[in-house]
Amino acid sequence: MTTKFSDIKKMFGGGTSNARQFGMIFTLVGIILLFQVLTHGLTLDPVNLIAIVSQFSYILILAIGMVMVIILGNIDLSVGSVAAVAGIVVATAMKNYSLPWGLAVILGLLVGAAIGAWQGFWTAYVGVPAFIVTLAGMLLFRGMNQFIGNANTIPVPEGFRVIGAGYLPEVGPNTGYNNLTLLLGVLLAIIVVIRELRLRKTQREMGSEMAPGWVSVVKVTVLVVVVVYVAFLFAGGRVGTSFPISGLILVALVVVYSFIMNNMIFGRHIYAVGGNRLAAQLSGVKSKRVHFLVMMNMSILAALAGMIFVARSAASGPQDGLNWELDAIAACFIGGAAVAGGSGTIVGSIVGGLVMGVLKNGLQLLGVGADRVQMITGLVLLIAVGIDVYNKMQGKPSLIGFMTKRFEKGEEVNGPPGPVQAAS
Amino acid sequence: MSAEPTILEMRAITKEFPGVKALADVSLTVKANEIHAICGENGAGKSTLMKVLSGVYPYGSYTGEIVFQGEVVRFKDINASEHAGIVIIHQELALIPGLSITENIFLGNEPAERGVINWRTAKRLAIELLARVGLDEDPDTLIRNIGVGKQQLVEIAKALSKQVKLLILDEPTAALNAADSQHLLDLIVGLRSKGIASIMISHKLDELERVADSITILRDGRLVETLDKVVDGVNEDRIIRGMVGRSLENRFPDHTPNIGEVFFEVKDWTVEHPQVAERLVCKGSSFTVRRGEIVGFAGLMGAGRTELAMSVFGRSYGNYVRGTIVKDGRAIQVRDVSEAIDHGLAYVSEDRKVLGLNLLDDIKRSVVSAKLTRISHGQRIDKSQEHAIAERYRASLRIKTPSVDEGLSKLSGGNQQKVVLAKWMFTEPDLLILDEPTRGIDVGAKYEIYGIIQQLADQGKGVIVISSELPELLGISDRIYTIFEGQITSEVAAADATPEALMRTMTSTKKKTQDR
Repeated sequence: MTTKFSDIKKMFGGGTSNARQFGMIFTLVGIILLFQVLTHGLTLDPVNLIAIVSQFSYILILAIGMVMVIILGNIDLSVGSVAAVAGIVVATAMKNYSLPWGLAVILGLLVGAAIGAWQGFWTAYVGVPAFIVTLAGMLLFRGMNQFIGNANTIPVPEGFRVIGAGYLPEVGPNTGYNNLTLLLGVLLAIIVVIRELRLRKTQREMGSEMAPGWVSVVKVTVLVVVVVYVAFLFAGGRVGTSFPISGLILVALVVVYSFIMNNMIFGRHIYAVGGNRLAAQLSGVKSKRVHFLVMMNMSILAALAGMIFVARSAASGPQDGLNWELDAIAACFIGGAAVAGGSGTIVGSIVGGLVMGVLKNGLQLLGVGADRVQMITGLVLLIAVGIDVYNKMQGKPSLIGFMTKRFEKGEEVNGPPGPVQAAS
Repeated sequence: MSAEPTILEMRAITKEFPGVKALADVSLTVKANEIHAICGENGAGKSTLMKVLSGVYPYGSYTGEIVFQGEVVRFKDINASEHAGIVIIHQELALIPGLSITENIFLGNEPAERGVINWRTAKRLAIELLARVGLDEDPDTLIRNIGVGKQQLVEIAKALSKQVKLLILDEPTAALNAADSQHLLDLIVGLRSKGIASIMISHKLDELERVADSITILRDGRLVETLDKVVDGVNEDRIIRGMVGRSLENRFPDHTPNIGEVFFEVKDWTVEHPQVAERLVCKGSSFTVRRGEIVGFAGLMGAGRTELAMSVFGRSYGNYVRGTIVKDGRAIQVRDVSEAIDHGLAYVSEDRKVLGLNLLDDIKRSVVSAKLTRISHGQRIDKSQEHAIAERYRASLRIKTPSVDEGLSKLSGGNQQKVVLAKWMFTEPDLLILDEPTRGIDVGAKYEIYGIIQQLADQGKGVIVISSELPELLGISDRIYTIFEGQITSEVAAADATPEALMRTMTSTKKKTQDR
């Protein structure tokens, strides 16, 4: 056996940031399996899975924007209130002015952009700490929601509800499954294979260290099996349900924003400013503009999340979005973002959010009361970040690296000597 | 020597840091009733010696013996040394801006009964102390509302409140204007007549000549000599010789410069301090750089070298007042850093960790970080190109690392410095400003960095090297400017320069010809 742990780690992509997410994915899988056993199979029941996705998609959308804010070293407390304002504006526009729902979505995003520009202005150009700006925003926009809606609940029309409560339509032959969801799964499986082939090709071209072929094969096989299995789960729910539209929006956003953060200049600048603002400025990065745009982006995503929530609950009300900011922030920190800024990933935050979501959902399925669910979630956040901080003091990687570290140690002690590797 | 009693004897002090001997067998004797100056270049070990004395480095972390007032003392921390009557006043004042003069004087030493502070006593004592240091201020005034000179006096009042017997002052006049400096020096002389000895670290040799009774000179962590004003007759030349008297060994690669025409010129460059308006940090400085030339900027810390360089580099320091930059015969506008980069300027900061690099990043991302557009298609970064470029610099600069994916925090100082150099070489600059490029790195890496600097010059770039180490500047530069208090005080071809002459123009504005 010439297996090395670093080879297995490459199954998850190989880079440092990916290694960080590794432990979290492990945790997520562990929690899912744990509740699957405890709830006698209820957790992975299609109906429940679909419910989890549509119940948590808007929090996860917030987590995308929030992790960017946190990487910059800021925090945004206003997202719940911003979501509420966007929701009430959109609902009012459709009810009182019969705005078509497509235009209403655009209006909602514009409201988000305007609020984001307002908060970005105060943060980036006036220099008020984001904590204060968004604390003020939290009050300001919560009040604005109630002012616009007269503290009433305003229903939204049927068409609009698709973005929050819609599913992929049934097309094609009656297979007993939702065909489009299956198709989506197959597409995703193909993408997984193509990506791995391309990764190996570039690695060969760059002459960088490559994982052995069997690692790629195992990795791709496992991923394809998981993707297809999940596709069947989502496709096999009650007739008329499938993978939710809001989940699709989420997946699209994760793909787009991950690309921005990993492959585009703007994403690089966010990490640079968050990691060392002065050094970034001396490298020609316009840090104020980066701050402005990230704050603005957060509010746009908050508006989107607000609209999805309104669509799902069929009405916009004065209590919408209450405490969302806390869930979004918790997702980011559980997902490995650092309070001081400079590190964190979109995928990590999504996984962190899913850990919270599955945990809450599982506890509810077990009949644990809301009081105890809150207590447990609070402790999970504290312990996750506690391990993070502890490991940093020891000069070790964060929580995400925690489990990998333990495995590596175990390997050093117990494992057979691996082949010569450049990696230390 | 006179028969005055000694108050302090430090015997054979040796202090080692991992890999560096900061102090080797240094002895220091201070008499009661004297002002004892300590001189030396940056890094000579002056501050380390004072930290040993004041207990910042506790007993046990150094070898040697300290005898204070006839007793062997072993301070475990700074409180212990203060209790014995040794008080150190640091260059960066340790006062709290939002508290009053009284509150600051008695901070940590409050006149209290059972935990309740008696403010009436405190204020009465504060008024007495302020009178002793000659500061005419209401003791309720907040520290942030008085100037640096007066803050310095409050520090001394605070020391007096602790029954100080030996006062240590680290560069006390560095931030003061002439009048405040004079007042402070008079006060120290006055304290001497009341039986309080002082140890004073200073770069301002004319001041030392005036007030010091004896002078100890350190170099490279070793004691050079102790001069007595009466016996030896102290003067600036004598001190300078002691400070720089080291031979230039073969520490620089051989290099034949190939110098072209002047292509970069800064005229009448004047910059204000970013916080203190009307305090000028650059006063009408003008300089030129030729293609293929290595220009040295010599000056002690705080002389305004970094401020000059950073303000030229896209106004990244201070408030621009006036001055022009001419490149290739045309006046250019350099209003921010990205314009500076576009005009082919590069500035490698003296503070690698705070201003130079994002230590959370890895090598490949750092190397390309100052010019991402060079490896991007539109806004998309080409990662295989990024990797290839980082590999190229790893090979050409010999950055020692298993992979360019390695995090910067795992690299040694010398290798981090090479990454910073690579980062700025990647921007394809015409003019590189290197601020203390070899600070904190070992001799071997220094040699390599010198080699890189010479290669850059040979490619026809202009290079400015800022350093407070004269041997380094004399070894690497073709031409040297000296800077003192924000002004360029002399310009000399490196071949004609001597350390003594440079040190003279680095420590006073008096323009002297070096062959007088």
